[in-house]
Amino acid sequence: MMRRSVSVAVFTAFVVLGIAATGAKTLVAGGQQKPQSAEVKIDNFSFGPAAITVSSGSTVTWTNRDDIPHTVVSADDPKAFKSKVLDTDEKFSFTFTKPGTYAYFCSIHPKMTGKVIVQ
Amino acid sequence: MAGKGKNELLHDHNHDGIDRRGFLKCMAWAGTGAFCVMSGGVLRSYSMSRLAELDPKEIAGELSFAQISDSHMGFNKAANPDVAGTLKAAVDKINGLSVEPEFVLHTGDISHLSKPEEFDAVEQILRAAKPQEVFYVPGEHDVLNDDGQQFRERFGKGSKGAGWYSFDKKGVHFIGLVNVMNLKAGGLGSLGHEQLEWLEDDVKHLKNSTPVVVFAHIPLWSVYPEWGWGTEDSAQALSYLKKFGSVTVLNGHIHQTMQKVEGNVTFHTAASTAFPQPAPGKADSPGPMKVPAEQLKSVLGITGVNFVRGKQALGVVDATLE
Repeated sequence: MMRRSVSVAVFTAFVVLGIAATGAKTLVAGGQQKPQSAEVKIDNFSFGPAAITVSSGSTVTWTNRDDIPHTVVSADDPKAFKSKVLDTDEKFSFTFTKPGTYAYFCSIHPKMTGKVIVQ
Repeated sequence: MAGKGKNELLHDHNHDGIDRRGFLKCMAWAGTGAFCVMSGGVLRSYSMSRLAELDPKEIAGELSFAQISDSHMGFNKAANPDVAGTLKAAVDKINGLSVEPEFVLHTGDISHLSKPEEFDAVEQILRAAKPQEVFYVPGEHDVLNDDGQQFRERFGKGSKGAGWYSFDKKGVHFIGLVNVMNLKAGGLGSLGHEQLEWLEDDVKHLKNSTPVVVFAHIPLWSVYPEWGWGTEDSAQALSYLKKFGSVTVLNGHIHQTMQKVEGNVTFHTAASTAFPQPAPGKADSPGPMKVPAEQLKSVLGITGVNFVRGKQALGVVDATLE
């Protein structure tokens, strides 16, 4: 019984990965305007990928994988978005509804910068 | 040291006796526990292990105080699962100093996540220190989510602006600065226009012979800008202090001891009481450095500072928690 539920979970993970991979291909092609979900990981005091391109209406989720807290804060004035402080493994999501280039940084470690390009 | 030529003392500009050789001699002890004294224009350095052999009169002064930094209360990752324990060890170290410090400076990152219970825990542990007076400046970890309002309510009574202030002790002028607010994307620590104006005014009426101690969280010298270890407008702040014969700058943030002497200014960063960080550029990022548990206390520490009237600079001592 246990073994079966593990294999179901693994199968589900593959399906999810498959969807994510399809989403990535769509990104590269850049032709589709369907809203997507995109992920940015925070590792070793950097945003990865540092620049990400999504279509309008997409939600970007940042995950802090460092031992040290970070923030995700728009570099624009007024700020388009601003997370609370993210401790290890905490996440922040923002949905981008208007096309444009959104520069952002970690307000605790301002050398950490990134951008979201919304098409 | 960042290893950059411009950060090293190459000449004895003001004939204060500190040449590059003397400076490096002092640096050789950094990290293992160092005691550096400026006396009659001559820099002397001693290993902490020799302190017991020294004549107390040689190291005593008219004013002694201790600096602690980066206690990061609330941090619980592998680099140190017990930051309360190591802060208590720092308090024990302060209480065991041969010359009892009159007060303690905490140069920021008191808490890890600006949580009330983290600040409470630090205050409670520091109550066991013999010196009961503690002066704080905030680190970036103390002003999360509320632009430092909680910090100022707890630790910044009577301070100006974002929490800066000055006070005098036995003829030494102390200035606490805040360089962790309103940081700009891609930038360094920042003091800002309003604070710089206040600083210029604060020191205007002091005699040139007044010893000045400046303390702030992020280094006020360019330690390693690639990791944000510097303050973008620190040169302007230091320009207001040029007239003074003795300026000592005490910082934290980089979780390791470093010293630099430039003209009339001695820069010093303190060790953390919580966890070490890598030497500049020696790792992919400045994240917490994990060392074997039995070595942890050898890379954490406190700093003691002695002021002897008539000497050009203050004696700065780093002691590990071992």
